[in-house]
Amino acid sequence: MRFWRPFAAAATIVAEITPVLTRHIVAGEPPLDLAGYRAVGGYESARRAVETMSPDEVRNIVKDSNLRGRGGAGFPTGVKWGFVPQGPDSPSPKYIIANGDEMEPGTFKDRLLIHGNPHQLVEAMIIAGWALQADVGYVFLRPEYEAGAHLLEAAIEEAHAAGLLGDNILDSRWGFELHAHTSAGRYICGEETALMNALEGRRPNPRSRPPYPAIAGLWGKPTIVQNIETLVCLPHIVANGAAWFRQLGLTEDSGTKLYCVSGMVERPGTYELPIGVTLRELIYEHCGGIRGGRDFKAAIPGGASTMFMTPDELDTPLDFTNLEKAGNRLGTAGVIVADEDTSIVGMVLNLMHFFAQESCGWCTPCREGLPWIEDLLHDLVEGRGREGDPGLLGREMRMIGPNSFCALALGAEGPLLSALEKFPQEFEAYVANGSDPTASIKATAPPPVTEVGS
Amino acid sequence: MSFSAADKTRLDEIRSHYHDARAASVSVMRWVQRTNGYISDEALQDIAEYLRLPAADLEGLATFYNLLFRKPVGKHVIKVCDSVSCWMRGYEGVRDRLRERLGIGFGETSADREFTLLPAVCLGNCDNAPTLMINDDLYDRVTPAGVDAILEAVRGRGNDRG
Repeated sequence: MRFWRPFAAAATIVAEITPVLTRHIVAGEPPLDLAGYRAVGGYESARRAVETMSPDEVRNIVKDSNLRGRGGAGFPTGVKWGFVPQGPDSPSPKYIIANGDEMEPGTFKDRLLIHGNPHQLVEAMIIAGWALQADVGYVFLRPEYEAGAHLLEAAIEEAHAAGLLGDNILDSRWGFELHAHTSAGRYICGEETALMNALEGRRPNPRSRPPYPAIAGLWGKPTIVQNIETLVCLPHIVANGAAWFRQLGLTEDSGTKLYCVSGMVERPGTYELPIGVTLRELIYEHCGGIRGGRDFKAAIPGGASTMFMTPDELDTPLDFTNLEKAGNRLGTAGVIVADEDTSIVGMVLNLMHFFAQESCGWCTPCREGLPWIEDLLHDLVEGRGREGDPGLLGREMRMIGPNSFCALALGAEGPLLSALEKFPQEFEAYVANGSDPTASIKATAPPPVTEVGS
Repeated sequence: MSFSAADKTRLDEIRSHYHDARAASVSVMRWVQRTNGYISDEALQDIAEYLRLPAADLEGLATFYNLLFRKPVGKHVIKVCDSVSCWMRGYEGVRDRLRERLGIGFGETSADREFTLLPAVCLGNCDNAPTLMINDDLYDRVTPAGVDAILEAVRGRGNDRG
């Protein structure tokens, strides 16, 4: 077993391999400035890419590295880049967008990467920009990460002054501008087509596909949207090669992964580990086990939109391939851990409240259906549940997801349907008794909110 | 009100980062909110005039986003994370203490205009749950008992709006 230095943990686990993406991030310290970043080899990959590699070569190395998207969908980055039309007759300008609208409950890795090493993200955007022959890049951030936006703006300014952004970068005759945009807070903005509407200043509802953003995205031009963690892998892939990146993983997936662990573990935090670590190793070797020595009950492996895992799944590797085989998804690798005292129905109610609230309201199944699901759960936990409610919840959810416009409601399916399947006794206990006698952390309904937005 | 020459210089700088006026609209509204606390009807008209966009389009955005305010808020806006990891680690106790001490519910402003209390979607600080944000500052592993000291420290302090 290989143990890496966990970022946020107090205890020291002997590192056999140095972290990659978080290597120059030190808790409590300001991020490296341009000089500091250069002193540790920063911008050498951007220089190598722009000065010695053709855009085609960079796209190929990314494809060979088997880098898959870290934002939730896990789509192969190199394949996505292949859809962007290239050549003298291709449409321009082209855009590259870094998606830092990190609002998936249980996910806090991009916060670390943005605040901890903004120059690494700027360098990644230059490499992606070169590979795609993009003209303009945007880093899209949620409003609560405004401190990160200021750090990033400072990094962009330094890079600009050093000739790493702007016109004729490194005498390549290629020009690239980079901007940070701070949003005003809605989960749906993390959906890439809603994000593009948000950047255009339109109401951020998702767009229909096709056309795909790689063909017609921002202002109708070819656009690639990538998660922050996906992007910051690029300087390291360019520096060390595709084969090196592939061998970092413990399974057939590539690279390291930032696992954000929260909930009922002794040491919650962001841990950069080889992708494919098992749930058991993550919880018991790195996070110090379940708090107070209690028993593990369940975990959601990748943020609010993924499925509950039970004790018999503790040895499943947390990667794209193995979780897909198990009918689950790695998602954002925001691992939310429940112990024996946690009400699964309570977790589900909390998650359904989140999805109902953050529905953009564009399509009827999602706008009307998710609040209905939340109300039914609300009734259940307040003792107004009826015989057959768990079955009704499942049937209704299966109607909402596939009939809605984007993937938001499909995301809500994950925790609800898996909880109904794996913890039916907890739902039945609420139907029978109006409470779950086994859980000390109880399910409760959220309080009302007075609108200040309108 | 209408924008001063200095305001317009700052707004032009914001505008320069965007493809067109529409794309700049959220950033312009955020700047106005940072300066005035919220976006009044009058400010919305001024922004519409500055950007040469229909006020109704800006209203559509302002009412869509969680953190653009069309009503006055208190000097300090408290955003309490109500997502799942914080719920598991004791969010409800923190929330109830805040409501009790401030005498207000979510979306309301205290009688002394010091505090507005809002629920927030996952603040990306789950390893320090339960968490809350006051203005731009995060508070880690908040306990109900710790709420009083936080409010005391913030009360009377200026905010950093600008």
